[in-house]
Amino acid sequence: MADRQLLSGNEAVALGALHAGCARGTGYPGTPSTEILEYYDAIGGHAAWAPNEKVAAEVALGVAFAGARAMVTMKHVGLNVASDVLFTSAYSGVQGALVFVVADDPGLASSQDEQDTRRYGIAAGVPVIEPADSQESYDYARLAFTVSARWKTPVILRMTTRVSHTTAIVQPSELIEVPASPHFVRDIPGRVMIPGHARIKHKALRAKLAEIQAWCESEGPNVLLPGSSDTGLVSSGVASMHAREACPEAAMLKLGMTYPLPFKLILNFLRDKSRRFVIEENDPFLVEQIRAAGGDVPWNPEPYRMGELTVDRVRRILRGDTTPESPPQKGRPPRLCNACPHGYVFEILKKHDCIVSGDIGCYTLAALPPLSAMDSQICMGASIGIGLGLRQVLPEAEARRVVSVIGDSTFMHSGLTGVAEMVFNPPPTGHVLIVLDNLTTAMTGQQEHPATGRRLDHTPTTRIMIEEVVRAMGIRNVTVLDPVRQTAELETTLLKALKTNELTVIVGRQPCLLAAGRIRSYEQKG
Amino acid sequence: MGILKSSHILAEVLFHSGYDVKKAEVHGMSQRGGSVTSDIRFGQKIFSPMIPDAEVDFLLVLAPEELELHRPALRPGGVLINARSFDAIALPNRKSLNIAMLGTLSHYLDIPVETWQQTIRGCFPPKLHAINLESFSTGRNLLNRGAHEQ
Repeated sequence: MADRQLLSGNEAVALGALHAGCARGTGYPGTPSTEILEYYDAIGGHAAWAPNEKVAAEVALGVAFAGARAMVTMKHVGLNVASDVLFTSAYSGVQGALVFVVADDPGLASSQDEQDTRRYGIAAGVPVIEPADSQESYDYARLAFTVSARWKTPVILRMTTRVSHTTAIVQPSELIEVPASPHFVRDIPGRVMIPGHARIKHKALRAKLAEIQAWCESEGPNVLLPGSSDTGLVSSGVASMHAREACPEAAMLKLGMTYPLPFKLILNFLRDKSRRFVIEENDPFLVEQIRAAGGDVPWNPEPYRMGELTVDRVRRILRGDTTPESPPQKGRPPRLCNACPHGYVFEILKKHDCIVSGDIGCYTLAALPPLSAMDSQICMGASIGIGLGLRQVLPEAEARRVVSVIGDSTFMHSGLTGVAEMVFNPPPTGHVLIVLDNLTTAMTGQQEHPATGRRLDHTPTTRIMIEEVVRAMGIRNVTVLDPVRQTAELETTLLKALKTNELTVIVGRQPCLLAAGRIRSYEQKG
Repeated sequence: MGILKSSHILAEVLFHSGYDVKKAEVHGMSQRGGSVTSDIRFGQKIFSPMIPDAEVDFLLVLAPEELELHRPALRPGGVLINARSFDAIALPNRKSLNIAMLGTLSHYLDIPVETWQQTIRGCFPPKLHAINLESFSTGRNLLNRGAHEQ
């Protein structure tokens, strides 16, 4: 057994997966989940970035169909992209094991929304396990594989920012022996989800969930902490840590599996408590379910649903304090680096008062002053579709000012289908797409993607050339320019394109300032 | 600014000294030029990874322009270690300012100096050992010069 060590929650998940016999880790980078696969690779796991979360989940499902154990990692919004895989793999089930590690971002440290992944558990019928610290991240990663393998079901391991990015002590345990090596077992009714098969599998899924719920009642990862007062707290995840500190005298039922819930255990715990609270971060997920099951627990005041919980906020909930909170400290806001290549492009877009349909990445920071040069940002790849929609209905003079702007990694993630739409249904004024190609996934910490020509571990692989792809898809005007050294040419090309009724793609290629040195060293090695 | 490096070293030192320890950081967008903070808590048993308002015992401010923003986090009587205190102090390299500040912090904590030195050596390549150990020592002796605030 290995010695105790200091690990972040993300590192602990990776170690837990390795010790649970995980054969492959796939995923797409996204704060706060990114370090899981990077660390998994560093400690000897087989890890690979996929173009997006859906493909990553499909690869992982294939690994699990082959009888091996797989983990797929993503941030909360990544599960929206991969949800198609989640819902129907809950029906098909798996042969080996499949764990979706999904990291939520309460408080929006680095995300576009504050959605609560636990709701996917109910919606898809997939068990949800929630660690509260690094030790539990390790233990519950292992447990997630065990549950997945035992019931042949995908499992969601739900992380949150403070669990993922808090470093704490982990005591690893023995390796889990994984018996069979991968081999193909044909199961057409089990894996071909045509209606006739899926009707049967839907019933099987519900029966499976009932079994898992019964297990959760008697043997699940739920901890009963006795208290010295008549206050009872039901909690899960990092919220339980804030709650224990805010009210050490309360009894607590800390739930490690939050779907399916052990209702008998919960109702039994609440029975003799005169003050009852549910302490949870984000949505009133536990409150809703416990109330629906007949548990007499109060709704927490609405403001505490938004933002991160803290010890102070739990204290306020416990004393029913809804007076306005002091606004959180605001430090320096993030901004584009000085001399960032993206900045050159946005200066031009601002100068010509373009309507900029933007996307997800460092360049989204161009929406903030002083540039204020981005008009929308919703989700990965949306720059193209939204730009096309704007062009379809705006009056011509305004339509001609619409430009879609997307980064290289985001383009590979969800931009290709947007280009297909651009070619398929071109607006009367045509359209202009700028791909800001800085040769890395910059925002999440410089990860590789299919258009860098390097895999997760930075070893060489076939590089997809963005300009070749869009040409092959039917875009006739394709120009590759360096936005730093060819700024004037970029401006001329853009203005010319905006005047025509044609489709244009401009690839602005210049390495991210923070990544340039590393990229050079990989290229020399490659 | 070296916050992540110095908080990593501090967490390791506390761990090797037998404490329970939690270190909470914010990654991602805020690292694009925004404020970076790291909360470190240690003791017999730590629950929440974040320090409640006005309960900070030691506040290390590496970016002096951020001082007023974070000063309210300090508990009454807490210790402030400000980068500005090192303006007039000769360090072997300004990049090791974060380690010098850890040196000042080490004065207040009951942890053998050898544990600090050993951890610092473990966190840097050999060619940077001398610079960082000297900066640590300079910071540790800073109080003798009366150049800190409290």
